Amino acid sequence: MEGAGAVLFDVAGTVFSDALQARIWSLAAAMKTLPGVSEAVPGMNNLMIVFDPLAVAPETVERRLLDAWTAGDTAEIAGRLIEIAVDYGGAGGEDLPDFAARLGLDVEEVVRRHTAPTYSVAAVGAMPGFVYLSGLDPTLTMPRRALPRMSAPVGSVMIGGAQAGIMPVTAPTGWHILGLTDTVLFDPAAEVPVLCRPGDRIRFVARSLTR
Amino acid sequence: MTERRTIEILSTGALNSVQDHGRPGHLDAGIGRGGTMDRPALTIANRMLGNADDAAGIEIALFPFRIRFRARTAFAVTGADCEVKLAGRALPSWWAAVAEAGETLTIDIPRRGARALLALAGGIDVPKVIGARATDLKSRFGGLDGRGLLRGDTLPLGEALPVSRALTQGFGVDPVPLRGFWPANGAPLRLRVLPAAEYEAFGPAERQALVEADWTVTGNANRMGYRLAGPELKPARPLELFSHGIMPGVVQVPPGGQPIIQLAEANTCGGYPKIATIIEADLWRLAQAPVGTRLRFEVVARDTAIAALKAERDGLDRIGRALKLI
Repeated sequence: MEGAGAVLFDVAGTVFSDALQARIWSLAAAMKTLPGVSEAVPGMNNLMIVFDPLAVAPETVERRLLDAWTAGDTAEIAGRLIEIAVDYGGAGGEDLPDFAARLGLDVEEVVRRHTAPTYSVAAVGAMPGFVYLSGLDPTLTMPRRALPRMSAPVGSVMIGGAQAGIMPVTAPTGWHILGLTDTVLFDPAAEVPVLCRPGDRIRFVARSLTR
Repeated sequence: MTERRTIEILSTGALNSVQDHGRPGHLDAGIGRGGTMDRPALTIANRMLGNADDAAGIEIALFPFRIRFRARTAFAVTGADCEVKLAGRALPSWWAAVAEAGETLTIDIPRRGARALLALAGGIDVPKVIGARATDLKSRFGGLDGRGLLRGDTLPLGEALPVSRALTQGFGVDPVPLRGFWPANGAPLRLRVLPAAEYEAFGPAERQALVEADWTVTGNANRMGYRLAGPELKPARPLELFSHGIMPGVVQVPPGGQPIIQLAEANTCGGYPKIATIIEADLWRLAQAPVGTRLRFEVVARDTAIAALKAERDGLDRIGRALKLI
């Protein structure tokens, strides 16, 4: 329970599951059709439903969640493949040399492993247009910085823990900054202000590497 | 065509901003609802002027705040209990009146409360961004160029109804039936909470501290959230949570053990354990709690939270109906 007008449906185990996440997306779509429900917010293997408790009883929302989950539909999401061109290292990726050294790798190998996978946008949240990506090579896992940066520039391409991410706005972060992209993830003036939606796939492409 | 009415900002702090009821419906894009921290106060101020409920006004958290009217304009000030002066004449709080062109309005440090809401007839007519005029100070969009107000700014106003006789004479709304109470001097502010998802992960001593301790609003308090000081809260065992959606009002407990209440401009997702959620009907009370306020939490049932929300909406409707008769 997240308040009288919100409930959190959590199926997370100890590791993130792409299969469960696909079911979370279809659950989100199914829940949006229930009158009184205003938002369905996928997290990582969980889903928050926001509703008007004077329009629909919380018990009704909870029952519908369980029924729809048990029905177990997995909607095919026609996600797009989005390429993100990255300038690795240099001033826009100042953590790269240290990040590589701590893993005992050279920077080229870090970039190779970072650009190899096709990532899946599991969820969008925290900040406008911020993507929670699954698919990071586990050998690139790195605990967050002990001292977060007060401000990381928009477009920073980062790793935090076992997750890859991109800064959609300039904001504080404890993640490691490996490079910079000029792809715009959030443009409040655009008709569709946010570039990525859950189900989209992302590939990082190395445009340059500054050692 | 008549010339567009404007106001000019004469003194302000950079955290005073254009706010409306925010932009619901975009949490799954990471865009929080935002909008005013004290929604009932802005709603009533707008209804006093015949504005739409969600017309944009100014949320004022830094005082004194002074504007000059460039044209004859009806206005209303609600929210915190402030000393308000129009052209040097004192006005009661929760009052609507008409300013003549060239007159100055001053809103001074609150006697009680923390945030004043200023509504203007026709609403502030900055462009809508993602469906609303609210300023998102954290992500820097909406409002006036995505920022707080500065001295010398000029704000355009939308088209307004003709000024009524009641407004010309001035009138007030008694917020007491809706607002229940301001805490008596020195008494802690009571807030009703629901247990949140990780409530049971905290031991009996922690759950007791939640409702028996005084929690102080620290200086680290803004539209994103309030950090509280009080006894250390630790879950019975460390919790590793995946990122999940969060709502304004949620009380998170980061590893340091000092809770954070997420508010209007909170991130839409978070990962800290959540011990409680402040009920929606009590969120405005927090908006009106200045730094240093002591809080007391009371755990209530979901039915109580829903009944409180209904009472708040009914109260607003009653005031709205009464205002239509003026």
